[in-house]
Amino acid sequence: MNPFQTLRFAFGGLAANKVRSGLTMLGILIGVAAVILLLAVGNGSSQAVKDAIQALGTNALTVSSGSGSGSSTATVVKPLTVDDARALADTSQAPDIKGVAPEVSTSQTAIYQGTSHTVSSVVGTYPAYFEASNSKVDKGDYFSDDDVLNSRKVAVIGSTTATDLFGTASPIGKVITLGGTPFTVVGELATKGGTGFQDPDDTVIAPLPTVQNAFTGFSGSISQILVEATTADATTSATNEITTILMGQHSITSPSAVDFRVSSQTSLLTTRTSTDQTFTVLLGAVAAISLLVGGIGITNIMLVTVTERTREIGIRKAIGAPKGVILSQFLAESTLLSLVGGGLGVAAALIGAHFKIVGIKPVVIPESVYGAFGIAVAIGLFFGSYPASRAASLRPIEALRHE
Amino acid sequence: MRLRSRPQQPPPTAAPVPRGPVPILAVRKLVKTYGHGDAAVHALAGPVDADGVEQGVDLTVHQGDFVAIMGSSGSGKSTLMNILGCLDAPTSGRYLLDGIDVGHLDEHQLSLVRNRKIGFIFQSFNLVPRTTALAQVELPLAYAGVKAAERRRRAMAALTLVGLADRADHRPNELSGGQQQRVAVARALVTSPAMLLADEPTGNLDSRSTDDVLAIVDRLNAAGRTIVLITHEDEVARHAKRVVRLVDGQIYEDIRQAPLQGLPPALQDPVEFASHTLHVGHVRAHANGGDR
Ligand SMILES: Nc1ncnc2c1ncn2[C@@H]1O[C@H](COP(=O)(O)OP(=O)(O)OP(=O)(O)O)[C@@H](O)[C@H]1O
Ligand SMILES: [Mg+2]
Repeated sequence: MNPFQTLRFAFGGLAANKVRSGLTMLGILIGVAAVILLLAVGNGSSQAVKDAIQALGTNALTVSSGSGSGSSTATVVKPLTVDDARALADTSQAPDIKGVAPEVSTSQTAIYQGTSHTVSSVVGTYPAYFEASNSKVDKGDYFSDDDVLNSRKVAVIGSTTATDLFGTASPIGKVITLGGTPFTVVGELATKGGTGFQDPDDTVIAPLPTVQNAFTGFSGSISQILVEATTADATTSATNEITTILMGQHSITSPSAVDFRVSSQTSLLTTRTSTDQTFTVLLGAVAAISLLVGGIGITNIMLVTVTERTREIGIRKAIGAPKGVILSQFLAESTLLSLVGGGLGVAAALIGAHFKIVGIKPVVIPESVYGAFGIAVAIGLFFGSYPASRAASLRPIEALRHE
Repeated sequence: MRLRSRPQQPPPTAAPVPRGPVPILAVRKLVKTYGHGDAAVHALAGPVDADGVEQGVDLTVHQGDFVAIMGSSGSGKSTLMNILGCLDAPTSGRYLLDGIDVGHLDEHQLSLVRNRKIGFIFQSFNLVPRTTALAQVELPLAYAGVKAAERRRRAMAALTLVGLADRADHRPNELSGGQQQRVAVARALVTSPAMLLADEPTGNLDSRSTDDVLAIVDRLNAAGRTIVLITHEDEVARHAKRVVRLVDGQIYEDIRQAPLQGLPPALQDPVEFASHTLHVGHVRAHANGGDR
């Protein structure tokens, strides 16, 4: 009996009961596809978080007003001011700080030639903002310090805003009306993309005094200060410097009574990444269970097949089939089931990975493909071998008498 | 030419006798008991001595013989046959097949013996389902490792011998009972085994199919093949050279009807043989409305 013949017998055996073989294969298919796809979804979501970290800039620190963590004993909260920002920009006191950008933010409706679009984030800031927030212009240019000093009505807009207002036309040099104030567009930012609730590309960035004049008023208070540390490693020392300087600015003596918060983007996102990993592991576990159930399906089918064909096994043994041949025939059948089922499962998963699933673009982990496929085939061999060896060990007369 | 009502073999330990026919199978003190204690069924026991110890069954069959085993239902015929066919193991006793002590063979060697030395024909045909007649007959050759082309040629020759060459592509469910049994005969003889064992091969067949199958068996025996078959019908036993009768797990009588060497009774004088057919009763039954 050569392997080819064994394979042909196995095909014959499976073809003899197409519906049953098909359903068993379906079980394995779903198991394998679920493992690959669910892991890909989990991986895709953590990949998206990682990308978001990169997009935000790992050097960036955000200083916001408020009694932070709740452990603070501050009774009066002094708002952040442009003076605070200036103090942070003093390189002699804060050597680890590279750039400081005070921010005010609001939301306004932008109109261009009758097209209206609500911009979710209108930011008034300094040019340092662009580098600190990792925002690069794609077309046109940034606004300058000179624009800030003269409160010019110029703006850099995000790609979503640009598309919504101008379509495919270039927005550079055009004048949009933002909350009643005309702004000349000088630059368009490159698309950042993102998976958060807020589209980071739906934004208008303008000089701080211009935005204060037009929308938030000149109270002197600002929403937050974006600080860029010199390097990603310097964020901790930069945080300490910010705390010291602002405590001086706000006349606070005890570090436990601070009325501001310094947070790094990275710290915010590591939390999300670890949540994501838990999520991936859970998804993987669910998928693994479905694969196991598929394996039990194979065992069950092989047991039924063997029981049903015990007489046939007896006949084959009576005409001289060695135990090994019977064993390999049934093993070939179960392996073939899992091989074809697993192969189709991999195909289904790879096709499925082209589509967004619950808003996440799945990123297939190559190891999961080999792993799931390998496990499926191993399951076929393992779970198939029990009924097969049971059948092959029968004495011919016992098998023949089987009803 | 020696005629013996009870073959007397030298004990297995003795040196082989140079003259005389070669024994192809020999069983010594064969006992088969199913179950234990009070519920034990002594399917093969042989004579019991004064102490109540079972002596077991002794039987020797020579090359070229045609033995019919008869006996009432439950007398142990199938039990004996299954042991002779290496399908079952005896409780005690020795079985020498072509000089080999089968009791000492392992599982794999046993499968080789079943494949090369024995052709087994069952009462219930026992064809592999969903398999064409040709593939069916090729199967033992496939297990023996014969190449595809050679396998096909020999399987076709065997099918031609049983007159079923034109049914090579039919599956068992597309064949009549008689045709199925002829496929089973072809399958049993395709490996040219030393002997053909048949457990009531015509038990499920009508008289015409019985004649077809027996004619093949007669020709095989005439060609030198050893045949052992079980039957209930005197008409079938008439074809054998020797008839062994079992009663309650022991050999009750052993009659030689024709010499060991030479043609089986049916072929010695076919016309004379046919004139004594016991089928007449059947024929009359058919004429009276029995179907065929
Ligand atoms: N597997 C078994 N377990 C228990 N008892 C058995 C088994 N096989 C056979 N027997 C018993 O052994 C005895 C002999 O059975 P066997 O099949 O050899 O009879 P037989 O001569 O072939 O009968 P028949 O002509 O009806 O086929 C019977 O009493 C039977 O009940
Ligand atoms: Mg019987």
